[in-house]
Amino acid sequence: MRLLRRVPLVLVVLVPLAAIGVFFVLPFVGMIHRGLWPAGHLDIGATLDVLGRSRTRSVLWFTAYSAALSTAGAVLLGVPAAYCCYRLRFPGRDLVRTLALVPFVMPTVVVGVAFNRLFADGEPFAWLGSEQGPTAIVAAMVFMNVGVVMRTVGSAWAGMDVRRAQAAAVLGASPAQVWWTVTLPALAPVVVAAASVVFLFCATSFGIVLVLGGLRYANVESEIYLLTTQELDLGSAAALSILQLLLIVALLWLVGRVRRQQVDHAVAAARTPALRDLPVLGVGVATFGYLLLPVLTLVSASLHRDGGWSWGNYRALATTGDDTLVVPATQALANSLVIAVEATAMAMCLGAMVAYIVSRRPADPRLARLIAVFDGLFMLPLGVSAVTVGFGFLITLDRPPLDLRSSSVLIPIAQAMVALPLVVRTVAPVWRGIDDRLRQAAASLGAGRWRVFASVDLAIGWRPLLAAAGFGFAVSLGEFGATSFLARSDHPTLPVVIYRLLGHPGVNNFGMAMAASTVLAAATAGTIVLVERLRVGSLGALG
Amino acid sequence: MAVRPSDRNKTAPRAIALVALAALGSTALAACGTHANDTKTIVVATHDSWAMPKKVIAAFEKSSGYTVKIEEQGDAGELTNKLVLTKDSPIADAVYGIDNTFASRAVDAGVLQKYVATDLPTAAKKYALAGASAGRLTPVDYGDVCVNADDQWFSARHLAEPRTFDDLTKPAYKNLLVTPAATTSSPGLAFLIATISAKGAGWQGYWKKLLANGAKVDPGWSEAWEGDYTDGGGGGKRPIVVSYSSSPPDTIAKGATRPRTSVLLGTCFRQIEYAGVVTGAANTAGAKAFVNFMVSRAAQQTMPANMYVYPVNPAAKVPASWAKWATPATKPWPMAPATITAKRTEWLSQWRDLVSG
Repeated sequence: MRLLRRVPLVLVVLVPLAAIGVFFVLPFVGMIHRGLWPAGHLDIGATLDVLGRSRTRSVLWFTAYSAALSTAGAVLLGVPAAYCCYRLRFPGRDLVRTLALVPFVMPTVVVGVAFNRLFADGEPFAWLGSEQGPTAIVAAMVFMNVGVVMRTVGSAWAGMDVRRAQAAAVLGASPAQVWWTVTLPALAPVVVAAASVVFLFCATSFGIVLVLGGLRYANVESEIYLLTTQELDLGSAAALSILQLLLIVALLWLVGRVRRQQVDHAVAAARTPALRDLPVLGVGVATFGYLLLPVLTLVSASLHRDGGWSWGNYRALATTGDDTLVVPATQALANSLVIAVEATAMAMCLGAMVAYIVSRRPADPRLARLIAVFDGLFMLPLGVSAVTVGFGFLITLDRPPLDLRSSSVLIPIAQAMVALPLVVRTVAPVWRGIDDRLRQAAASLGAGRWRVFASVDLAIGWRPLLAAAGFGFAVSLGEFGATSFLARSDHPTLPVVIYRLLGHPGVNNFGMAMAASTVLAAATAGTIVLVERLRVGSLGALG
Repeated sequence: MAVRPSDRNKTAPRAIALVALAALGSTALAACGTHANDTKTIVVATHDSWAMPKKVIAAFEKSSGYTVKIEEQGDAGELTNKLVLTKDSPIADAVYGIDNTFASRAVDAGVLQKYVATDLPTAAKKYALAGASAGRLTPVDYGDVCVNADDQWFSARHLAEPRTFDDLTKPAYKNLLVTPAATTSSPGLAFLIATISAKGAGWQGYWKKLLANGAKVDPGWSEAWEGDYTDGGGGGKRPIVVSYSSSPPDTIAKGATRPRTSVLLGTCFRQIEYAGVVTGAANTAGAKAFVNFMVSRAAQQTMPANMYVYPVNPAAKVPASWAKWATPATKPWPMAPATITAKRTEWLSQWRDLVSG
């Protein structure tokens, strides 16, 4: 009987495992297998050979240094921004917090295009260097990730007990001493966690490096793409995919370790800025300007047609743009919205189950370790090569009962896999924070099992659940990497259409791409603004 | 601190589990509903530059009784590699868009059935593959990748336009050339092959001089033409660009009668695109009909305006502006498809070292 009662719990573990197994692990392993066992036997020598090539070394080096520089940039700008937006109070603060997260959910193709323009001759960033090169790549990655650092660090900072800092100040510590001896040590774990996640994003970035690197500069991910799609060198691609996987596991392990060190959960009132906050505010304003500039460039380009200001590009969205597109861009937007709803529904179902499991705190350390591994498994889609998984779909999901290759349902599934870790990261911390005694109290007052879940977990957790749904929706609206491998031409999403418009000759196509990018950015921003009204601290806080 | 998870709230996971099962179930159903692998449908894998007016396809569907399903699979390389990877359970019946830089890889891997369009005009046979690769791909169209120059820019400065590869390395043309990258762009690769064909073993030395003379390498054709070229609409600063011999008509200003851009006809490489029937196709008869359709006059006439390529069928009409201002190269630089397949990786990695060095 007891075993039977455990069936639902077992399902909650098994269903997400099955989903990630079929739609993530299987394609990945399939592709690796094809690469490493080309003629039915393992060719270790050739694999090691790949890792020794000078090209591979330069790819690894570029991956490491571009990601490290980008992470440093995002932290240097993100921490002061966190102070401004979470410790200080000023009009429009909530809007700034919201907008800072928008670059993170913007499609990478769009970010790439925006920075390509910013670095072109005669544009604001031209003095920094060529538009294809390390500078532009790092600038774009910083742009995308400042918000992640700001929100992760900010939500911890907002909850930090100020009394220790006050005590230090009363005891005669200068503001600098307070910062170095009290505040920074308390924040350090969160900063390290945020930095690791950002490093993960930067090290596996695909679209940006492809658009801005011109493959003179390639990171591991774009090299895997090149090896797979152009050179059909699956062995080398597999070797790099495995290397990338190891890197991600190491980073996740680091994040997990750091996360275990708890930060306080006091609520400190934010205060109005004083004169001494001026330098920090200066950095904050500059950072905000930096986040706004690429977006403004995009909007301005979208409003130019035939050499003058015009709404023409937006009007053209209802057409197929000289037959460049199979369906009008507006139809693609509708597809995007429908697919995003489907993807969000799947990500929420699976995410709620995963979050339910990982928010348990069993007394048995072995069980706790198992849960940590379970947690880590569902973080993997954040970093593992979308190219490898995308091609893996082609060769593993090709026969019954899993003949899904040509089915349109793969797109929402792939997007759900990408959104899943973000959903879990938003919901799990809140559920983990619920005191179990609340549930026990409810039960002893006579509440049934469902009633306990509804009046405790759901009552406390509906905001994060809804926020996670919105976040997942925004991410899936802008998802490009996995979708580009799966989308069919008669049923494209908006990011795919933008990429297509950019790849086809014609000034009008370019203008349409800019207009479509602006619409997409506005849709994702709008979603984030709505979600932000729910005031969930862990939204976009990925540490 | 750690409290044992309460045993009381078992219904919660059950509810979630049910919702999830329902979601997965409907997913599976949706998947079954969209599957179309019958003999009435022709699934065609194409490159992502595919463009053809709907009414032309509809007319073919009406006359043949088939339904055409176009599935874009990335650029020519990605398209070829996807077919090779899925050889055991093919993703399409017919393929269009494999070009002469990838043709012999596809043929060697055995992903194409022996078939050439029965009504391929005799005049088009010169574009077909020769030797061991013959008989598996039907030539459909071609495009000449050539260096283009902005006439207005040069005449305003009383500077003679460059004419040859060697001119491009002269100090008079320093910092004026922009080209898409050979590693990420097919016109970029075509330009590289043209230089290799022209310079032979000395091509790396030529590229060193080209780069030392300030040649700029962009990731794709759009970035080069729309971003950096002076007459591509994006207000760029470089008056020499690697593009197509069919690019000039795009630079005819409103109300003007002649283009502002001309072509350096001694710098061209010809890209030929093919169609074929995929090995193991569920609908071989349909695929053959589609390959025939692609060389028919109705399909061929749409190609200049939609895909910016020349039709192989001489009976196909081309737009007036093309007939006048977009003449194909008379003597493009030659390179055998088998050589390209054999040397591509080596060339690209050497080229990459040159541009990043």
